[in-house]
This record gives sequence, C-alpha cells and structure tokens, in this order.
Amino acid sequence: MEAVVFFLAAIGATAGAIGVVALRNPFYSVLALIAHLFSLAVLFLLLTSAFVAAAQVVVYAGAVMVLYVFVVSYVGSAHEPMLDPVPGQRLFAGLLAFFLFVEISAAGLSSALKALGTHGPDVPAGFGDPAAIGTLLLEKFLVPFEASSVLLLIAAVGAIVLAGRKRQGNSSKGTPPGTAEPSVKEALTR
Amino acid sequence: MNISWYIVLSALLFTIGAIGILVRRSPMVILLCLELMLNAGNLALVAFSREVGNAQGQVFALVVMVIAACEVVVGLGLIVAIFRRKLPLDVDDLRELRG
Repeated sequence: MEAVVFFLAAIGATAGAIGVVALRNPFYSVLALIAHLFSLAVLFLLLTSAFVAAAQVVVYAGAVMVLYVFVVSYVGSAHEPMLDPVPGQRLFAGLLAFFLFVEISAAGLSSALKALGTHGPDVPAGFGDPAAIGTLLLEKFLVPFEASSVLLLIAAVGAIVLAGRKRQGNSSKGTPPGTAEPSVKEALTR
Repeated sequence: MNISWYIVLSALLFTIGAIGILVRRSPMVILLCLELMLNAGNLALVAFSREVGNAQGQVFALVVMVIAACEVVVGLGLIVAIFRRKLPLDVDDLRELRG
C-alpha cells in the first residue's frame, strides 16, 4: 500500500516537474508546479512529516503560487522562441543533467546510506507533528527562526522597493495622474 | 519503503529543474525551475530526517521553504520592474547589467 502511494506520488511529482520545464505557456508551468507541490506533500506525509506537508500545501501551493499567478497574468505570456541561440544547447544541457543525476544518485546512495543503514528506526508516534516541530523551532532553533522572520521582512521591503511605483515625481510637477505615460527612455533612466 | 527510492526521486527532480534552468529563457520559468530544485533538496532533507529518526532535518526543510519564499518575492519583484521598464523578458537579452 505504501509502495503504491509512493509510486503514484512520485509519478505525479515527476510529471509536474517535466510539465514545468516543457510547457511553453508560463501559466501552464505554474499550474504544473502546483500539481508537483501537491505530490511532494503526499511524499512528505509518507515520510511521517505532517507539519512540513501542511506547510508545503499552505505556504507554497497556497501563497507563493498565487503570487506567481498574479505576476504571470500581469506580465502576460511572452513568446519564447523555439530555436536555441546557442547551437546544441539542449544536447549539452541534457548530457550535463544526465551526469548530474548519476553523480547525485551515486553520492546519495553510496556514502550517505552506508553510514545510515537502509531500514531506519521506528519513530515515535508524534514524529514530525506540529508540536514536535514547534518545540524544536522555539527551543533549539530559536535564533534561526527569528533570523528567518527578519529575512522575510527584508525580502518584502526589497520587493516593494524593486517593484513599487514611484509617484512623487509626477505629483510635484503637477501633472494629473494617468494622463502622461512615461516614455521608454524616461523609464530606463528612472 | 526503502529510503533509496526517495533519494533517487529527489536526484531526478533536481536534475529536471537543472535542465529547465539551462534550457528555458523566460526569467519566470527559470524561477519555477529553481523552485523545483529547492523542493528536491527538501525531499532529500525530509527523507534523511526520517531515516535518522531526528526531526531536525524537517526544520531544515522549513528554513529552505522560507528562503524559497524570499527568493520568489525578490525575483518576481525584479520581473515586474523589468516589465515596467519595457525591457524584454529574456535572459539572453538581459545579459548586460544595465538598467
């Protein structure tokens, strides 16, 4: 039963990942990533980490992907040319990726698993539930927890600075808003 | 379920994300492929955490999620800024760091 669920979720995750890479429309790529994230949440549940699975669904598929959908519909789907500017780019990318896959698999399977053994301990009943993770976060990892909150704040402020519209230049000149569309050169020098 | 399957799946997902970053040219799709790679790392972290029987690896995975959220916010802010300045959304055209 566990194997069936694992392989279904693994096929879903792989199909979602391939969809993200292969689909031409960025909107469909975002939807494929959402399917991929749900499959990964199932895998996390199989690994008895309920809190990470819930955070995956709520934070990623719920919040981050909504941000993506908004930006995709704001920017629109630009037409990406099918042909490569560098000849043979896909061939080299595929070759490199194949070697990367072999190397990561070999590294993960040989050294790390020999040190661990492949059966694993029987974990207690509350392993990975919100209470255990919360205790760990607020006792052992309190400083990284607070630092990540500061990091999120910095990222939010940075995004507002990057993407925010600057209004004070227009209002000081007295032009009514919405009438003068800034030219490309003005937008570039701003 | 043997832990090796999770590790191989994680390597496969990481590789697919790497292919996407190497092949695609829209900055938004490159960000999506970066998410794929981060999630593959998360899967390996959680799998190893289950294997050792120590929940600290799951805290690592949560911190990776926080970092991914920050990266997405800043990256999408950059994309919106690029779009608003009417520059092309193509990493081959944006190779020079001039506004």
